[in-house]
Amino acid sequence: MNTTTPSRLEKIIAAGHLAVTSECGPPRDGRADVVGKKAELLRNHVDAINVTDNQTAVVRQCSLAACIRLKLMGLEPVLQMVTRDRNRIAMQSDLLGATSFGIHNVLCLTGDHQRFGDHPSSVNVFDMDSTRLIQTVKLMRDDGRLLSGHEMAEGRPQMFIGAAENPFADPFEIRVLRLAKKAAAGVQFIQTQCIYNMQKFKKWMEGVREMGLHEKVAILAGLTPMKNVGMAKYMKNRVPGIDVPDDIIKRLAGVPKEKQAEEGIQICLEQIEELKQEEGIRGFHIMAIEWEEKVPDIVERAGLYPRPSVN
Amino acid sequence: MIKAKPKPIEEIIHEIKDCSKVLVVGCNGCVTVCEAGGLKEVELLTSALRIYFMKSNKHMEIDETSLTRQCDKEYLQELEDRIDRYDAVVSLACGAGVQLMAEMYGDKPIFPGVDTCFIGITEEQGVWTERCQACGQCILASTGGICPIARCAKRMLNGPCGGSENGKCELSILVGRDVDCGWHLIYERLKRLGQLQRFGQPSDDKDWTLSRDGGPRIIVKEDSKV
Amino acid sequence: MRLSYPSNIRIVKVPCTGRVAAIHLLKTLEMGADGVFVAGCLEGDCHYQAGNLRARKRVAYVRQILQSIGLEPERVAMYNLSAGMGVRFAEITREMTEKIRQLGPNPIKSAGAMKEAAA
Repeated sequence: MNTTTPSRLEKIIAAGHLAVTSECGPPRDGRADVVGKKAELLRNHVDAINVTDNQTAVVRQCSLAACIRLKLMGLEPVLQMVTRDRNRIAMQSDLLGATSFGIHNVLCLTGDHQRFGDHPSSVNVFDMDSTRLIQTVKLMRDDGRLLSGHEMAEGRPQMFIGAAENPFADPFEIRVLRLAKKAAAGVQFIQTQCIYNMQKFKKWMEGVREMGLHEKVAILAGLTPMKNVGMAKYMKNRVPGIDVPDDIIKRLAGVPKEKQAEEGIQICLEQIEELKQEEGIRGFHIMAIEWEEKVPDIVERAGLYPRPSVN
Repeated sequence: MIKAKPKPIEEIIHEIKDCSKVLVVGCNGCVTVCEAGGLKEVELLTSALRIYFMKSNKHMEIDETSLTRQCDKEYLQELEDRIDRYDAVVSLACGAGVQLMAEMYGDKPIFPGVDTCFIGITEEQGVWTERCQACGQCILASTGGICPIARCAKRMLNGPCGGSENGKCELSILVGRDVDCGWHLIYERLKRLGQLQRFGQPSDDKDWTLSRDGGPRIIVKEDSKV
Repeated sequence: MRLSYPSNIRIVKVPCTGRVAAIHLLKTLEMGADGVFVAGCLEGDCHYQAGNLRARKRVAYVRQILQSIGLEPERVAMYNLSAGMGVRFAEITREMTEKIRQLGPNPIKSAGAMKEAAA
């Protein structure tokens, strides 16, 4: 399988390995060391590290700055970009900035509505949506042009284009069609919302395979280990788009408090094993929010260590 | 039509408190339909204001009237003879009407009495919802007659987003009421019309110059100009 | 029934309390009444389906307006009773009268402005 960019993530997928990605969230202030410390924990255990972009519409250090830092540390960043806060001018500008530092992965997202965040009264940009952003990156990379038509003789983005999908929101048929639309727009890899409802996820994968999308797009299954039963309940009831079946809650509640974290990791490992068998899954996106130190442990115990090397 | 809602009386009182003669002018157009600024609402407002100022022992004369519309000069002209008697006018027309009145009677402070909210429809008596954002280039043909600019909180052209759940927008949990996911509605309508292929195609780009983003707009119909 | 009720009540008959608009209630106070209450049929028993429910909402709306202009919202009230409940009617009038007596006369009456307007 040929690669379209120098992205390490793309090369690993193209070589037929199961990819492993993770994420780190920048701090809500200008400290220089936070992102680097989180990322360093992941260095040898993942193929690429996502940096979130003002996640949940809460102001944090911008993803671009953090990605540049990771790149300078010799790591492989995935630039997450939401379309909520910047218009097409700013987005293309940021993409060019990222290109100048050799960033080769971008995750195109629409973004949670600003009312969820800490500045709900702000203006709503959404000049583009995720699909349009995917098209834009592709245009800049493959045609060397900006949306205005301006041609870039040199310095074209060489980005592996990703997006997110939520297989759990109803109705189900729309979920697969959305992926088809993004594939038509040029997306190359998808990281899914974190999976707990395995049945529903497999149903989505069935739909994906039916449309042949698993061959056009590399799907990385999203996983988030539960720290305790409280976290499971919170995610079930208070976070939109996350489906936590009752038996996961029961399972966590059934072990004493000090054993719940390990149980959560166990569940995660079992999910990885099950998904390794699922046709179309090309890797895992492990989101251990504020628990990054557990990722190497999970990767090793899942038999995904050491990470393959590619040139 | 344009939908508005009455301004808090406290705001209006604050603006006119130093006057002694005020005229409250309603509009028989859009704001009558949404029960915000028609003659009935003018009467209610003036009665409330009179009670307030009498109670505060302040001498205040408040007169009331309503015009056919306030977005056309010929109706606003009807005020020509009497407007000089007043220190200020409270107009219950939409923002457009208030402004035209202020243009015509530039020496008179004209205060708005309603908050103009959106272009919308009547769901049922007493309930009005937004339908149109006046983007300047209608795309309803390709979305089964449902507008993603007005009805999607993120004005996506390739929706829905990942927060759409059971046909409801992710904002529903925040605003404490069910907000329909515009794109879910579009999907269902296109399905019903047998036009689902439109849903699978990434949409064309939108030129926002034709909307508010391009600056204040104008329409000129040459054959109508005298 | 020949029950006695306070003589300070002025009764305005309507075919259904649904006929009562917000402006009627507000104007009554503007003209100097100390209080006004709407006596509608028991909920669920409205001869015209929902007239008394509309009246209730309008009373609530007028109370809001009164709040904004600094007049006691309790000066406007909604009561429900059937046409046969003579005793209850007398009770209500006494209750309302007592409530208004406690609130005092309509403040606009003492203010100079009202006297001027009346003159």
